[in-house]
Amino acid sequence: MAKTLYDKLFDSHVVREENGTALLYIDRHLVHEVTSPQAFEGLKLAGRKLWRINSILAVPDHNVPTTDRSSGVAGITDPVSRLQVQTLDTNCTDFGVTEFKMGDVRQGIVHVIGPEQGATLPGMTVVCGDSHTSTHGAFGALAHGIGTSEVEHVMATQCLVQKRSKSMLVKVEGQLGKGVTAKDVALAIIGKIGTAGGTGYAIEFAGSAIRGLTMEGRMTLCNMAIEAGARAGMVAVDDTTIDYVKGRPFAPKAAQWDAAVAYWRTLHSDADAQFHATVELKAEEIQPQVTWGTSPEMVVGVDGKVPSLAMAKNDVQRADWERAYAYMGLTADTPIEQIQIDKVFIGSCTNSRIEDLRAAANIAKGKKVAGNVKLALVVPGSGLVKAQAEQEGLDKIFKEAGFEWREPGCSMCLAMNADRLEPGERCASTSNRNFEGRQGQGGRTHLVSPEMAAAAAVTGHFVDVRNF
Amino acid sequence: MKAFTLHQGLVAPLDRANVDTDAIIPKQFLKSIKRSGFGPNAFDEWRYLDHGEPGMDNSKRPLNPEFVLNQPRYKGASILLTRENFGCGSSREHAPWALEDYGFRAIIASSYADIFFNNCFKNGLLPIVLSESIVDDLFKAVEVNPGFQLTVDLEKQTVNTPDGQVYAFEIDAVRKHNLLHGLDDIGLTLQHVDAIKAFELKHKQAQPWLFN
Ligand code: SF4
Repeated sequence: MAKTLYDKLFDSHVVREENGTALLYIDRHLVHEVTSPQAFEGLKLAGRKLWRINSILAVPDHNVPTTDRSSGVAGITDPVSRLQVQTLDTNCTDFGVTEFKMGDVRQGIVHVIGPEQGATLPGMTVVCGDSHTSTHGAFGALAHGIGTSEVEHVMATQCLVQKRSKSMLVKVEGQLGKGVTAKDVALAIIGKIGTAGGTGYAIEFAGSAIRGLTMEGRMTLCNMAIEAGARAGMVAVDDTTIDYVKGRPFAPKAAQWDAAVAYWRTLHSDADAQFHATVELKAEEIQPQVTWGTSPEMVVGVDGKVPSLAMAKNDVQRADWERAYAYMGLTADTPIEQIQIDKVFIGSCTNSRIEDLRAAANIAKGKKVAGNVKLALVVPGSGLVKAQAEQEGLDKIFKEAGFEWREPGCSMCLAMNADRLEPGERCASTSNRNFEGRQGQGGRTHLVSPEMAAAAAVTGHFVDVRNF
Repeated sequence: MKAFTLHQGLVAPLDRANVDTDAIIPKQFLKSIKRSGFGPNAFDEWRYLDHGEPGMDNSKRPLNPEFVLNQPRYKGASILLTRENFGCGSSREHAPWALEDYGFRAIIASSYADIFFNNCFKNGLLPIVLSESIVDDLFKAVEVNPGFQLTVDLEKQTVNTPDGQVYAFEIDAVRKHNLLHGLDDIGLTLQHVDAIKAFELKHKQAQPWLFN
């Protein structure tokens, strides 16, 4: 029978299945400091061991400072954050888990370092106690975010108790215009299907526009699958995937490589595979996107306006929009390009890879951050991304333009460390969630691509990067 | 996980609907590295008069005398009686952790939010669904009878009052079995160790690079 990519990945990991509930074998378990301490503690209390130590890769990212790190973990000022990072270090030492500690050049956001190291491979099941684990699906992998009890469960059994999802095909055909990125595709899809549109589904992204994306772009897209309500997003394996993986530290070598590639080439949906739902978009119709509200689905093209209540589809949405106008300090029909910003954040597991930084630097080059912008942050996704960018001179471009160049971590994506918005501050952000309070209590987040964020930084308001 | 068979305990009434997980355990406590120790911060914003932060000595904080759990007559309560849609909001597993750590073993309400309901079973806490009218009767009984206790018999699926009333409740058979035997998901999965090992061996032969 013809199978979808999701079916192939799921079926090849079923240990046993009963009444629609499967025990799914997990190949890679990524761990960070916020959702793992209770899981490690649970193992210790129950006297249980890790099932397979080398399936785990750990890194601190949410709580780490992005400023001076010369005093190491001891230099984290918030004692509660510091303890969380120290606890990860201790647990990894006690259990013998590989960890890229704060001082390690390989340290970075968990969803950036997995692929960067080749620790995420095609055909794998990947889990992490973090909803944006969907990112890893870009490699033709089945990647799920899980809760803390499940983290412990995977540690102890190498398995996850899982029901099959329905499958959704999101097809984007055509050629993306200049200045239109994977982030815009992701936001356009969410704008179309809504933040609950993918609930209960695993999404496969396909079509010529998706095949035309780099791995960085595919990761950005799959990263945002969770914002469309889907626990997993994925893209079929092709040359782009294989070229990216080749030569990475954890990738197969020598004879294993050829066997692996032969298998990976089968990781695509069969031509006549059936999906439970299909959504189609035309690449040419997608514009650079800007969110105006407090949910990723509250999004419009940059040449659009904040929608008016008359455009809401029902009372529930009208009430939602009214709350969003108030929280965001915006009125209906305000042109997006007239919205002035206070801060800019270029970073997060959505957009902090080398390609994102290159694109932003390309816009910022030779320009200055506008006078009304109090802070423009660039936070690379990993130490290696940072080193690469510095080798290419991107740090100089940013610094000369007046951006701050920081150490890798989650930073202002969720404001668990010191980087945050103050009440009422408005931010152009390349992250993935514009929820109330996400980047700091009372902070106002507009989600955009790295190009659009850089352009907003140097003009002080949103601007169409295509005219730049 | 602690097994749940028969439990007799003091009942505390929390007469509110839609109690959300943020109320059960506010977000500033999620930076904790522990699964335990959330009890003193359960219902933190209702329970204390000041603003709570992690690391405070909770025994020195001013208690809110109005909050029902602070009344001496409910000290040591292990059964929480409350209203519909209990545990709505964020999916944080810290909410059942906090209730369990506070000392609750069972909750009685007419309905629960879905994720919270699931999370309870992962933590040995029994969420019992009884009809609104029975819940009403129980609230009245707690009110007029100081020291009012209930007995929960999971095997028989009943809640028994001191004066001999017996209320039956429904529970999923697998969940009941797991709770009765104190089996957590991990314990259950580990019953299939041989299947996992066999799968792993086969998987390793097919894709050895996954095990480097
Ligand atoms: S960058 Fe943001 S979304 Fe990504 S893992 Fe960190 S906090 Fe989560």
